[in-house]
Amino acid sequence: MHLDKVGSLNKGDLDMSENAIEVEDLTVAYQEKPVLWDIDLTVPEGVLMAIVGPNGAGKTTLIKAILNLVKTAAGQIKIYGKTSSDQKRLVGYVPQRGSVDWDFPTSVKDVVMMGRYGALGWIRRPGKEEQKMALSALDKVGMLQYAERQISQLSGGQQQRVFLARALVQDAQVYLMDEPFQGVDATTERAIVSLLQELRKSGKTVVVVHHDLQTVPEYFDWTALLNVRLIASGPVQEVFTEENLRLTYGGRVSFLKHNGENGVSNIGQRTG
Amino acid sequence: MDLGALFYDLFFDYTLRTVALGSAVLGIVSGALGAYAVLRKQSLLGDAMSHAALPGIAIAFLLTGSKASLVLILGAAIAGWIGTLFIMSIVRLTRIKFDSALGLVLSVFFGFGLVLLTIIQKMPNANQAGLDKFLFGQAAALLERDVITMSILGSIAIITMMVFWKEFKLLSFDPDFGATLGFPMRLLDILLTTLIVLAIVLGLQTVGVVLMSAMIVAPAAAARQWTDRLGTMVFLSSIFGALAGIVGALLSSSIQRLPTGPTIVLCISAIVIVSLFFAPRRGLVWNWIRVRRNRGRLHIEAILEDLYSLASAHDNPEHAHSIAVLRLMSSGKGGVDKSLKTLEEQGYVRSVNSDQWALTKAGVEQAQNLMKIREGNN
Ligand SMILES: Nc1ncnc2c1ncn2[C@@H]1O[C@H](COP(=O)(O)OP(=O)(O)O)[C@@H](O)[C@H]1O
Ligand SMILES: [Mg+2]
Repeated sequence: MHLDKVGSLNKGDLDMSENAIEVEDLTVAYQEKPVLWDIDLTVPEGVLMAIVGPNGAGKTTLIKAILNLVKTAAGQIKIYGKTSSDQKRLVGYVPQRGSVDWDFPTSVKDVVMMGRYGALGWIRRPGKEEQKMALSALDKVGMLQYAERQISQLSGGQQQRVFLARALVQDAQVYLMDEPFQGVDATTERAIVSLLQELRKSGKTVVVVHHDLQTVPEYFDWTALLNVRLIASGPVQEVFTEENLRLTYGGRVSFLKHNGENGVSNIGQRTG
Repeated sequence: MDLGALFYDLFFDYTLRTVALGSAVLGIVSGALGAYAVLRKQSLLGDAMSHAALPGIAIAFLLTGSKASLVLILGAAIAGWIGTLFIMSIVRLTRIKFDSALGLVLSVFFGFGLVLLTIIQKMPNANQAGLDKFLFGQAAALLERDVITMSILGSIAIITMMVFWKEFKLLSFDPDFGATLGFPMRLLDILLTTLIVLAIVLGLQTVGVVLMSAMIVAPAAAARQWTDRLGTMVFLSSIFGALAGIVGALLSSSIQRLPTGPTIVLCISAIVIVSLFFAPRRGLVWNWIRVRRNRGRLHIEAILEDLYSLASAHDNPEHAHSIAVLRLMSSGKGGVDKSLKTLEEQGYVRSVNSDQWALTKAGVEQAQNLMKIREGNN
């Protein structure tokens, strides 16, 4: 595909083209108090975007709302112009590692093959083809030798990579990932980041809930700052500013100062 | 009891054969579907469902006057289903937590069922006798047509489970992910729950409402000990269920006034206990051995490293040291002599005289390796 060649240079062209995700006036409340309040967010095709915000900011909820996993009180969500229930095949999901029971009696390969269930449709079982895809995805995340292992015998970082491989076999256009770096060591984090950047280069859109503010400018080209309301979203260079971070993280000044300064100086290096 | 005669009767005695077949069907179906209930952490739901089925049985009898198992099973299924629906709705619509909702529905439905049973007992109708068997179960009362009904319904449940194998696996492991793939997870949840209700009500006549949930939970819990694959677990669970069902039902039929439910539950409990203790890898005995072995190995490694650090204070890494120092370094824990013996057998240390020990060349290398591995892990 010609999209392979799209680098940061012609990002401008992409911005003009279709948007991968459009969120309009989204409000979500589990009980009375909204956890997401009137969110308007546009994610252009082909970006690698970080969603950042403090604990309880609603990052997970935002991802789940885009996936149609939680009830919304108001608002519209479009994926390539259609509702997400019309676009299931286009969206890949990496949930938070803690969202499943890792003592479930199944193997690494079986879990990865679940990524093909949607394409298989009802009743049909995964076969040779699906096995091959699963093994190749496991190879990409460096987990090939664990294919037959029972999933309870994995470290946190390995579990994370299994989920990543499962999303890869979905062969989606848009990926939504909830904290894929949680519990991952530095080497694995590097490997995952380059994998995500590869995905972006091949024209996929990748949205990642991310915790480490310091690495945002280095890893991502797009970001959304969230704390119940959307504080800002756009290219990292433009919106990942100390001012916006202060608005997002509120009174936690000492924490903010340290990270904020780092972030800003990183941006300075990048644009300079 | 003569075992030979029992086997003879099993094949040629009408009653015994019916009882054994019925219990086998019950064990297979509850074992297989119980695996899903256990994996989805719905064991307690099974308990509520079976208790909630009692008023359904009573009402079905009151309405039709029939004791045909299809009629009673249908009544039980509907009541069990409504009970489950109540629990789900209470959790969703109120602030009451799952366990409280469960206890509430279980006791209200069961209490209501008991009241209805009492009323039925007092009715001037010769036909009512035997309905109280549903409390603790009575396999000997099974008729051939009951077994046929059970087999047909059981086959439907098992076949449905196999047809939707992949979907149910997804539902049990990661329902949110399943929903993002486009599968209607609520619908699948309802379908699987219905199959579990079916598995429960099939066994009520044999095991009784009070203990039926054990037949859902216990075979699956035992099977989980032996395997790490869903397919094997479901299969083993069915086998365990059938085994306990047959043995328990036969025992209770050949011994007077022994209720079937408790006997079957005793059998399955024995299987669970054996599995908990002796299953490889997950079993307690196995765990205990592994912990002991690890502890021994760690102790040996510690001694090796102690010797090395002592020796590195000297120019010669093979310098000998007194056993008393090693005892001090292993902070009072015993077993220094034993660990040194093991190390000597492995060729890592040698005794210079009775209480002086030194590392060999291989020992020095091994100690260096161990320390490198330790650093790598940190
Ligand atoms: N299932 C739920 N029921 C009720 N409240 C919830 C639920 N999930 C999340 N919340 C609440 O919604 C808020 C946002 O949660 P979440 O989206 O998980 O935040 P984040 O991922 O940014 O840490 C939190 O206050 C959390 O307590
Ligand atoms: Mg979260």
